[in-house]
Amino acid sequence: MIDFINSKLKILKPKLNSEQEKITVIEPKSGWQLIDFKELREYRDLFFFIVWRDVKVLYAQTILGLSWAILQPLIQIVIFTIIFGKVAKISTDGIPYFLFSSVAIIPWTYMSQAMVASSQSLITGQNLLGKVYFPRLIFPITPVMAKMFDFGISLFIILVLSVYYHILPTWNLIFLPLFIVLMMSISAGIGLWLSALAIRFRDVKHAMPFVIRMLMYSAPIVYSASSIREGYRFLYSLNPLVGVIEGFRACLLGTPYPWQYIWPGIIVTFILLISGLHHFKRMERVFVDVI
Amino acid sequence: MISKNIAIKTEGISKHYRIGLRDEIHDSLISAMVSYIKSPLKNYRKYRSLYKFEDIKNTNYLNHYENSHDIIWALRDISLEVEKGEVVGIIGRNGAGKSTLLKILSKITSPSFGRAEVRGKISSLLEVGTGFHPELTGRENIYLNGTILGMRKTEVSQKFDEIVEFSGVEKFIDTPVKRYSVGMKIRLGFSVAAYLEPELLVIDEVLAVGDFDFQKKCLAKMEDVGKHGRTVLFVSHNMQAITRLCSRAILLQDGKIADDGPADKVVAAYLTSGSSSRSERFWKDTTACPGGEVARLRGVYVKDENGRVSESFDIRKPIGIEMVYEVLKPGYLLLPHHNLYNEDGVHIFTTIDCDPKWRRRHRLPGKYVSTAWIPGNFLSEGIISVQSAIFTLEPQVKQFNERDIVSFQVVDSMDGNSARGDWSRSMRGAVRPLLEWTNNYEKFE
Repeated sequence: MIDFINSKLKILKPKLNSEQEKITVIEPKSGWQLIDFKELREYRDLFFFIVWRDVKVLYAQTILGLSWAILQPLIQIVIFTIIFGKVAKISTDGIPYFLFSSVAIIPWTYMSQAMVASSQSLITGQNLLGKVYFPRLIFPITPVMAKMFDFGISLFIILVLSVYYHILPTWNLIFLPLFIVLMMSISAGIGLWLSALAIRFRDVKHAMPFVIRMLMYSAPIVYSASSIREGYRFLYSLNPLVGVIEGFRACLLGTPYPWQYIWPGIIVTFILLISGLHHFKRMERVFVDVI
Repeated sequence: MISKNIAIKTEGISKHYRIGLRDEIHDSLISAMVSYIKSPLKNYRKYRSLYKFEDIKNTNYLNHYENSHDIIWALRDISLEVEKGEVVGIIGRNGAGKSTLLKILSKITSPSFGRAEVRGKISSLLEVGTGFHPELTGRENIYLNGTILGMRKTEVSQKFDEIVEFSGVEKFIDTPVKRYSVGMKIRLGFSVAAYLEPELLVIDEVLAVGDFDFQKKCLAKMEDVGKHGRTVLFVSHNMQAITRLCSRAILLQDGKIADDGPADKVVAAYLTSGSSSRSERFWKDTTACPGGEVARLRGVYVKDENGRVSESFDIRKPIGIEMVYEVLKPGYLLLPHHNLYNEDGVHIFTTIDCDPKWRRRHRLPGKYVSTAWIPGNFLSEGIISVQSAIFTLEPQVKQFNERDIVSFQVVDSMDGNSARGDWSRSMRGAVRPLLEWTNNYEKFE
């Protein structure tokens, strides 16, 4: 038996390229490191497989499978259409309420799911965290990437629907990538902040449902940004969700871009992302010790 | 920069944790309520203190922490160098800091003080099948686990067929892992790890899992890794594995390096040190000792040929198992005997007292010291556990029969004159006699 194994193991020849050997220095982390892009590149295969795992596993052992990616936002759209469109009769600047809410709910569904998953990423991955090293940044960023899969499917459905409603794509679509990047950055920024907090204080998990609900009503998802009073609009625009949601509307429905909401949103998002990265990096060294 | 032939160099690595999370006990309703109101702030401070040590950059503060009661030093001032290609065993009791050291070297956690440099690619194997997802198939998990352990996707693809073959789960490779048995999961996990090709491999007690054959597979693999000039750091409680695989061993005690040197010497020293001594057992109190109406056991000792109690024995030297017992009633024939077991639970042999002085003679009351001598070059390497018993004959009544009463280690220092000859790798078998071989030589016509 042993000889058999040994004969097998002989195949393994180590590649020892002494010139290419890198030196790893291990010391108490200073806490002011920026992102190590070189290291992230080395781990890109791992990153890919972890994202892919999250996508693959999400609807495992379900009857409806991928249909859930469509059903979840769809059900919410229907509920909102009935409650806010038919019952409360919220003003939508003349757009059918169904479409009005769909184009907002789809990025919102993505963002809320990505934020929740990202904020819990270190806790759900704590076993991995304590057993093997790879850049910790991969944990909160993975859901941000993985949820894009669902988003892509929903976005496709929306495009089909708008053709059905005779709203044809306009040149406004050019800016769609910008809003997608913005949407991902907001989720990543919040995810970085909250995941680093959540591993130290589990309060985050309990507060998350309220935070998400508050965020939803703080953004023009069920209502239109134009219903905000003139004097408060700048303050309102500091919520980065406002710019993204209104931006998506303008993109997909061909209405004029509300840049006065979008610019502050971009700046706030940038600050959120950078500060989140910094906070995460600073706390990174203690993650394993506080699990 | 560390010099070319050094794989690991650490300078004064220390790691401390704070454990002072003590809950308060209140003796009145009022104080409980006051504390409840104040608790968010207190909790915040409490959980924060887990990782906030006043920002200290110099070691002058070490003394301050030294005296702090809620701080645990997992590692203290570890400085060591490991050469390329060395296979180093790390031993020590639970809580000695072995795992912490491995975690620091594999970057999972960072040291509180000190600095280490590691040359080359590191892979750590602290668990078999890290990151396996139950919903994914065996195939998918091989890729996932492989990349988690530090392989590139192309590397996994190249070795994929070999990994699958090695694991022996070909038939189920496209079945979700949640349908696998525990054994299959472990086999799959280990197979992936077996195909890692890091320059530095860090392994923690993974040998403790899995069935016997699996453990043997691990050991074979470990030997192979060492033979190929890779550097290995290996934590284990299996002393036989350490002495066999490692050229060098480091003994950690309370977070400090207590011993560092050739593996067999360090292991022997560790086994003989202080409270871990298991090679003698005696009862001062006659009410506590095992025994029946006729005889009772007072002690068992494992001794070398000079009569010294020892934990570790040279495989070439005789070993004496001494049993001290008292006979309480006259008129009985006694049958003192020992059973010896090895680490795998194999019953190696039973030996019965055949001393002609007392054979077929009724024992007189009193104290007896009887020693059974196991010749040198007889037992295999490993840890031997002794079961000691006395029965009376006619009628046959058990007086005592104590399992695992003492244990000792048989070590081969590999000087070349043991039964190993020039073979230095795995050798199976419960006994290892040095037999006489004869050779007749004839020249070809």
